[in-house]
Amino acid sequence: MADDMREASGGIHAEVPELEVRNLCKYFPAGKGRVLKAVDDVSFAIRKGQTLGIVGESGCGKTTCGKTCIGMLTKNSGEVLFQGRDVHGMSKKERFDFTGKVQMIFQDPYASLDPHQKVYHIIAEGIRVHRLAKNRKDEEGQVMRLLEMVGLNTEHANRNVHEFSGGQRQRIGIARALSVNPEFLFCDEPISALDVSIQAQIINLLAELKAKRNLTMLFIAHDLSMVKHISDHIGVMYLGNLVEMSPSDELYGKPYHPYTEALLSAVPIADPDASEKRKRILLLGDIPSPVNPPKGCRFCERCTKRMEVCREVRPSLKEISDGHFAACHLYD
Amino acid sequence: MKPLIEVQDLAVSYDTYAGEVQSVRGVSFRILKGQTVALVGESGCGKSVTAKTLMGLIEKPGRVKEGSRIFYEGEEISGYDETKWNGFRGKEISMIFQDALVSLNPTMRIGKQIKENLSNHFPKIGRQEQENRAVEMLRKAGIPDAELCMGKYPHELSGGMRQRVMIAMAMITKPKMLIADEPTTSLDVTIQAQILELMQELQEETGMSILMITHDMGVVADIADEIIVMYAGKIAERGSCREVFYHPWHPYTWSLLNSVPRIDAAKGQKLAAIEGNIPDMTLPPKGCGFCERCPYAMNVCREYMPDGAKVREGHEVWCWLTDNRADKSGLPFRIERNFEAKGAGISESRSTGKEGERAAGAGRKTDGR
Repeated sequence: MADDMREASGGIHAEVPELEVRNLCKYFPAGKGRVLKAVDDVSFAIRKGQTLGIVGESGCGKTTCGKTCIGMLTKNSGEVLFQGRDVHGMSKKERFDFTGKVQMIFQDPYASLDPHQKVYHIIAEGIRVHRLAKNRKDEEGQVMRLLEMVGLNTEHANRNVHEFSGGQRQRIGIARALSVNPEFLFCDEPISALDVSIQAQIINLLAELKAKRNLTMLFIAHDLSMVKHISDHIGVMYLGNLVEMSPSDELYGKPYHPYTEALLSAVPIADPDASEKRKRILLLGDIPSPVNPPKGCRFCERCTKRMEVCREVRPSLKEISDGHFAACHLYD
Repeated sequence: MKPLIEVQDLAVSYDTYAGEVQSVRGVSFRILKGQTVALVGESGCGKSVTAKTLMGLIEKPGRVKEGSRIFYEGEEISGYDETKWNGFRGKEISMIFQDALVSLNPTMRIGKQIKENLSNHFPKIGRQEQENRAVEMLRKAGIPDAELCMGKYPHELSGGMRQRVMIAMAMITKPKMLIADEPTTSLDVTIQAQILELMQELQEETGMSILMITHDMGVVADIADEIIVMYAGKIAERGSCREVFYHPWHPYTWSLLNSVPRIDAAKGQKLAAIEGNIPDMTLPPKGCGFCERCPYAMNVCREYMPDGAKVREGHEVWCWLTDNRADKSGLPFRIERNFEAKGAGISESRSTGKEGERAAGAGRKTDGR
């Protein structure tokens, strides 16, 4: 299946994808010998310069999946390959090089920046650690260029973090991530803590930087309309499983999995007429606990189209149309 | 129809060490019976403070300024003392909050919390009757196994269930109005849809009014009859849901609507972000609060606050662009169309004082903004 997935996002070229994930599992002990399966048998691949968006409800394992992919968490089984090398089996030296290539942007711009440091030091730290500047003057020039690149003033360099608003802090976070010239960015809900008008600013900035620097991105969010805007491919997660994956335009036009369908129909549309006309699929109940997930399809308890087989057999991710994968018994 | 709530010139300030933060700076509106009004705006624009004032929940260092008046069914409630507020809160108007886990008492069983609200306001109801009503209310709020839920603690429930409990608790006294302060912001979209549906069902059944505070234009489109757009402590635009969505006048409303990508729209174009940040409310701008971020700002906008202009029945806008003398070239199509349709006749309804004359001489500033 992993080979199929490579083909899906990698097209017919046989090049090595930037990030490849094969049958990744990440479990947490949940006490009393129980196991919480946060990520269970997930496979995907991201080609260089592409963005994969992962959407899903809170608790579905999307952040855990991302963190395991960049080695912030250990894996239980499966494989994560970055540029062909195993992320979890790196030597200290390899790991150091890896951090220069892969950077992360966090959800909460208030918690992820050190309040004791000036903006200059926050951004310069990565440059110093990776010895990217020849001398102090060069370093200063790099920091100033980064500040300008993310839309801040150079005078902001000597200010403290608390003087900035949420949107500006997120810009500082982006500048910090870009300071080591990364090739891969992992964005973990970078906009969900921001106001609507500011969200658009940050999304525009990320899209611009991605095009300019040919960045590969793994973008995690629960806001489906924003994800669509920035992603080339979108994966939908439900309770630790990837239930659907497709090019982003196609997913919104023609969702295969009943969960994706319901998820899309629940997104409010900012248009009273369209919102009235559209048929809404109301899902019953809540997302079940990942400690004791249903035996068959994990969505079967809430699914409007469930069949007998769904309770017993877990469906696997299959290619249903060109580049569009879904894990559902409806397409057997 | 008689309004349920009428607010006149509401102003609220917070006295902090940094100075006086003018959260709300003169807001007037009314809410009719059975109506759903959405209060829209960014964080810090004063929408939550406005709602709290209706419940008498402004605490020090905050203060409601002199001259602010609030009427509830014709009776002035702005001068209530704490005893009177205690009888009013939760009985006439109830409120639900964004974070249900923080708002519920973690050490008290759900059943007891719900019954407490009932017995506070209706002490004559017997215990068995209280129990019955609480179970029935939970069931109405869509909780399966309502009896079982009565004995649970808040942490045992999921986010969506907690919000349902909050709604049940707020609704058990049959209030005439429900204030919902971002009730779905922390919930997932599928759960959000359930909660909005529930609120609408309960409204149909009881005929209550809803004041919905949100920044999600999608939620607004779904449930609002009327929209009030707030910016920097003042109302920028107010009108019926369709009017505001399809004929927005204020550049802020317009950009707010454009900065949300539509899920059914084509991918690829740049989002219309609003540049800049909200103004510092310790030093509120002299003129229009939005002028610093407004691409169409004129000189007059920086100096004088615009008056409200009625652009259509039940649709009011506070913007200098509604003035006949404003230079309207270069406006985006959606706004421009409104001006063509309604351009004439607006300045008649506007007072032409000294400020108006200034507006006539005001050209658009060409500083590259």
